[in-house]
Amino acid sequence: MPSLRFHIRFPEQKIKEPIIYQIGHEYKVVTNVRRADVRETTGWMDVELTGETGEIERAVEGLRKKGVLVDPIELNVVE
Amino acid sequence: MAKMKALICRECGKEYPTKAIHVCELCFGPLEVKYNYEEIKQTISRKKIESGPHSMWRYIDLLPVEGAPSVGPHAGFTPMVRAKNLGAFLGLDELYIKNDTVNHPTLSFKDRVVAVALTRARELGFETVACASTGNLANSVAAHAAAAGMRCYVFIPGDLEAAKVLGNLIYKPNVVEVEGNYDDVNRLCSEIAGEHKWAFVNINIRPYYAEGSKTLAFETVEQLGWRAPDQAVIPMASGSLLTKIKKGLQEMETLGLIGKVKTKINGAQAEGCSPISTAFKEGRDFFRPVKPKTIAKSLAIGNPADGYYALKATAETGGAMDMVSDEEVVEGIKLLAQTEGIFAETAGGVTIGVLQKLVKQGIIKKGDVTVAYITGNGLKTQEAVIDAVGRPVRIQPSLVNFEKTFKMGKNGGGDA
Repeated sequence: MPSLRFHIRFPEQKIKEPIIYQIGHEYKVVTNVRRADVRETTGWMDVELTGETGEIERAVEGLRKKGVLVDPIELNVVE
Repeated sequence: MAKMKALICRECGKEYPTKAIHVCELCFGPLEVKYNYEEIKQTISRKKIESGPHSMWRYIDLLPVEGAPSVGPHAGFTPMVRAKNLGAFLGLDELYIKNDTVNHPTLSFKDRVVAVALTRARELGFETVACASTGNLANSVAAHAAAAGMRCYVFIPGDLEAAKVLGNLIYKPNVVEVEGNYDDVNRLCSEIAGEHKWAFVNINIRPYYAEGSKTLAFETVEQLGWRAPDQAVIPMASGSLLTKIKKGLQEMETLGLIGKVKTKINGAQAEGCSPISTAFKEGRDFFRPVKPKTIAKSLAIGNPADGYYALKATAETGGAMDMVSDEEVVEGIKLLAQTEGIFAETAGGVTIGVLQKLVKQGIIKKGDVTVAYITGNGLKTQEAVIDAVGRPVRIQPSLVNFEKTFKMGKNGGGDA
């Protein structure tokens, strides 16, 4: 089953929300947080999403709709 | 034993074989090359380096390839210009310009990293190379792939200016215009790199690719007469160049080629895209990604992969970071051209602008041996200065008119 890795950033007002838990429930993807740094005013997570490719894409869109910022694990690769 | 020991995670330290991988499977941290310095130390010497080719490959002992260079044999070993005029203008006794505006073959420092990336890609068995780029990287990958006879894909955003597309098409790569913006191209390329067995130079080949930047540090040391500078001023896009120049200087020390390195590593960005410099100035150890809006397009990376490491490198050396406005970028380009005869692209204007600021702030001092890194040629970004350089003086085709216009006398002429 395909897995894709993402770097997710939480704006200050979203830090307390259980967004990763919600995504795992709302979409058929397995969420696996591998590295994170969550502070009072800022937070990020490196997370792996496993599932069908289309479902992963829908989950990413779902994350964006919830107000978090989603980038590839490599961050910006266009140089 | 091979000179490359492993790929090592920059976060958790886990080691991997030297294959086409770039992310730690354990913690998703970025990988970089770990060398067998003890072994390299046995054979490397100033003399050996000095008798090597007049290219960056004279430092092959410290580059992540197993055999001889197969791509980009002429990259690097660009001039180190003693900038007396600019130094006098700024009040510096010993200023140098590391001039990668004349790097071979595509006139930017990217020729260094691409030469390493493609040589390594070949060693790993790849015949197709790819990159996502809006400028210098695409030029360099396309040119090197053409010369090496490798299949090449260049991914660009659909809204890129025609002139920039043309600069790539001339080498006949597959230029893929993605319907969407920068973020869409970014995401798609990351996914393609994960799915297809291609050498994506700045994704799955990135640990090797990035090492090519170290050659700027090696050349600096050798061209300064085997000494490290007191100050280095380096433009930042992803931040990789800055971290690798620091690594290169440290390797020279580790291998006993020079004494203790005390170089202060300074970073330069444009105000319209300064996530790293802003974090540094605000005393943060993390950066906030931005949407770039600057004429310095080659530095316009809003969410830089090595931003965190660049912050760390600068802090460790006691260096500084700053940023300049687009107007100051143009002034920087003009200042370098008019004092040293070097026409730099906008990134060069950023470097010179920040150099000027750091001198004014007293961070770089009069007696400091200072090197400013100029990474690309001004012919690539002429649109940035087109309205800032004046017009030619138009005259009638007569000697009288010429002499009158230029107030010619017995002792020669003046300005019109």
